[in-house]
Amino acid sequence: MRVTFTVNGRQASADDVWEGESLLYVLRERLGLPGSKNACEQGECGSCTVRLDGVPVCSCLVAAGQAQGREVTTVEGLAGPEGELSTVQQAFVDAGAVQCGFCTPGLLVAADELLERNPEPSDGDIREALSGNLCRCTGYEKILDAVRLAAARTEGAV
Amino acid sequence: MSTAEQNRAAEGGRTPTGVARGLTQGATGTRGGIGESTLRPDGVLKVTGEFAYSSDLWHEDMLWGHTLRSTVAHARIVSIDTAEALATPGVYAVLTYDDLPTEVRHYGLEIRDTPVLAHGKVRHHGEPVALVAADHPETARRAAAKIRVVYEELPVVTDEASATAPGAVLVHEDRDDHHSGHVPHPNIVHRQPIVRGDADAAARRADVVVRGEYVFGMQDQAFLGPESGLAVPAEDGGVDLYVATQWLHSDLRQIAPVLGLPEKKVRMTLSGVGGAFGGREDLSMQIHGCLLALRTGKPVKIVYNRFESFFGHVHRHPAKLTYEHGATREGKLTHVRCRIVLDGGAYASSSPAVVGNAASLGVGPYVVDDVDIEALALYTNNPPCGAMRGFGAVQACFAYEAQMDKVAAELGMDPVEFRQRNAMEQGAVMPTGQVVDSPAPVAELLRRVKAMPLPPERQWETTEGADVRALPGGLSNTTHGEGVVRGIGYAVGIKNVGFSEGFDDYSTARVRIEAINGEAVATVHTAMAEVGQGGVTVHAQIARSELGVTQVTINPADTQVGSAGSTSASRQTYMTGGAVKNTCEAVREKVLAIGRRKFGTYHPAWATAELLLEDGHVVTDGGEKLAPIAEVLEDEAVDLELEFRHRPTQPFDLRTGQGNGHVQYSFAAHRAVVEVDTELGLVKVVELACAQDVGKALNPLSVAGQIQGGSTQGLGVAVMEEIVVDPVTAKVRNPSFTDYLIPTILDTPSMPLDILELADEHAPYGLRGIGEAPTLSSTPAVLAAIRQATGLELNRTPVRPEHLTGS
Repeated sequence: MRVTFTVNGRQASADDVWEGESLLYVLRERLGLPGSKNACEQGECGSCTVRLDGVPVCSCLVAAGQAQGREVTTVEGLAGPEGELSTVQQAFVDAGAVQCGFCTPGLLVAADELLERNPEPSDGDIREALSGNLCRCTGYEKILDAVRLAAARTEGAV
Repeated sequence: MSTAEQNRAAEGGRTPTGVARGLTQGATGTRGGIGESTLRPDGVLKVTGEFAYSSDLWHEDMLWGHTLRSTVAHARIVSIDTAEALATPGVYAVLTYDDLPTEVRHYGLEIRDTPVLAHGKVRHHGEPVALVAADHPETARRAAAKIRVVYEELPVVTDEASATAPGAVLVHEDRDDHHSGHVPHPNIVHRQPIVRGDADAAARRADVVVRGEYVFGMQDQAFLGPESGLAVPAEDGGVDLYVATQWLHSDLRQIAPVLGLPEKKVRMTLSGVGGAFGGREDLSMQIHGCLLALRTGKPVKIVYNRFESFFGHVHRHPAKLTYEHGATREGKLTHVRCRIVLDGGAYASSSPAVVGNAASLGVGPYVVDDVDIEALALYTNNPPCGAMRGFGAVQACFAYEAQMDKVAAELGMDPVEFRQRNAMEQGAVMPTGQVVDSPAPVAELLRRVKAMPLPPERQWETTEGADVRALPGGLSNTTHGEGVVRGIGYAVGIKNVGFSEGFDDYSTARVRIEAINGEAVATVHTAMAEVGQGGVTVHAQIARSELGVTQVTINPADTQVGSAGSTSASRQTYMTGGAVKNTCEAVREKVLAIGRRKFGTYHPAWATAELLLEDGHVVTDGGEKLAPIAEVLEDEAVDLELEFRHRPTQPFDLRTGQGNGHVQYSFAAHRAVVEVDTELGLVKVVELACAQDVGKALNPLSVAGQIQGGSTQGLGVAVMEEIVVDPVTAKVRNPSFTDYLIPTILDTPSMPLDILELADEHAPYGLRGIGEAPTLSSTPAVLAAIRQATGLELNRTPVRPEHLTGS
């Protein structure tokens, strides 16, 4: 089947999609967007988190056909038009929140969504919002730092 | 300028597969040398999604490989019928043992006992039996399901009693490896006793004697990036392999003979590695991918899913540990006797070295003159176990620290003070007879971790009531503080750094300096596996400090340069960092020789020995700038590749365990604060503080990340992580992130750090390998805290709710 949807603001189509393919597979293997990650492919780790019409979802659990006609935002869509890093991306780099980085794309999409709806999250809010994203390297301390930093920088810019 | 621009991780283009050609990092806003928290050169690529992990690789016309694995733990293979799978449209190849191209059909890190594909029998659940290549991953999976394997099941051995019982089935019937001659039973991979002093005599001097039996569950590395890689057949009959691994050259040594190719025709390049923690030290898809690529003549990508990943790598050895500690009334240890039985599973992997560690570090960071230690690893039909962060020292630390608390309680002494009274320091003698000849601040680390402020009581209380996210049970909303009690526990551990027991442990670095557009720039090329630890950051920092340059390019790790050894054993900053430093020093001497040749007659300072390279210039030790490096070099480049070795070590004597077996030791201490819902048996770790001696923090931000990450893995195996193997069938029951739980951000507490830097004069920059020590003591600290909260004995880890509620 053919699947057409908007990804990071641009229309994209994939042909010959098998009905069992996930949105994650189509993004990674058919649309050349491997930023969303495949750590568990069972909806437990959050590494494949994308936004579907604004809502964070595990793209491994979304059938590709379900994305037909909808808007998808992936980690590749977070940076600005000239490639400038978004506030949350920059904060992850600066705070040392990236080690192996495999969890990073999903965490960035989740953190970006958190800060959009809650610009001044408490630590508890951050932990709750990111509790669906597993990280095995950092122990999460620097990830907390990064989200706090992104919130503070956003606040400072206002 | 933004950090993103400053930290420009510009790729110099990519290979067809997507692997970046190199990481170039220019001005970082600071000097970017050692001791600074320089940012990762791959950080921008990783936050934009552009960093190419091994599972992201792509090649035109590539096929997907899939592995058929055994559904039973121990069986004779009666027959394998691949006809239907081969006839499936879209399938290009199906391979079994009979298709292997040479007579070399086994591999292994130390003992080549692991079949590339099962032959005649399978020895554990999930053993690779056949391979499929197809044009779609689902086609490959479905075709594999059509392969008919008839098994005739054999009895399983699953623990010491069954493995060494009279008439026990032998996991490997015709062993002729170098351990087979000295082990008491063929189902024992390796056994290492360590005897020092006279434990029997010392026991008679003890005022208290405490015994305990402990069980350590099977932990999984659970790195997030699944095993994966891309094998591309080459025109010369060889193969190019892009893969996530911990040690390219060790892989190469095992892969090439199976393929029947000379090593130079198997060109390996490290692709992005999504964590490792020991789980990538053994081969996974490497040989399989190459076999399929060479058979089909097409590029083949293999990516495990999480289910398969649980079968695709070795785990941490589960262990049964029996300890006896004696002490005088004054709180001095008299003796320790212990027996550590590790379950190595069906294949040897790194079990012998894990045994050596468990034995030699089995007493912990304490002075005990009279010891009687025995450690061994079994062959069983359980999943193979091998390297995981902490490597044999973790299991022992869990048990000896529980013992230390028990002895302290028996003596009525504060557990920290009791540890401090027995803490080793520089000059102490290990049970192996080895003298600890660099700082060993064990008592000081305990003092520091104890001195940190405690989190407030009832930390979950807010003005709006209880924040359930800070309570046991979390968002399940199981308590608002009722039935919740707090406990505090301490632990300290000792880990060796580098490969031990006489292993020729070395690393190689190639460093080039040249002038480009009037600026001296450096290129560093090593085969070091960057698995997330930040080695690439540190290498660039070292090159800047040693060569006085700003811009450094880190070439991709591959087998076109000499071996870097493994990214394991906390060794890479010491070893490959040391190699980069060593080569930079030689490069610097060459640059200075060129300068002396060109300019020596103009300025007498060129004749002095103490010239340095700083800020792009040759400078005297007084800071006088003699010439820009770029002018010294002009169009001449200096390019050297050199090996670096740590001090040699010795094997442990097979009967007494005596020998200078280790290179360096690493110490960390933890204090855990837990709150336990005693009614439901739920645990919340409220805080996990750590004090660690790191010798010299080359990158303080990365050091903190290593300690916090390691501490969290220790927390995981304290309260949730365990691969459950059915004791009757030896089958894995929970191969998924649904059923094998690792800590989430809600499970993980605040982790304050106190980092000590006491230089080890034998190590580059005085640094100490740091990656593993925090994984040791966090588990026993959490257990001690839970014991204090509940009053329960808790002799196994992980602790489950039923252990706390008694139901």
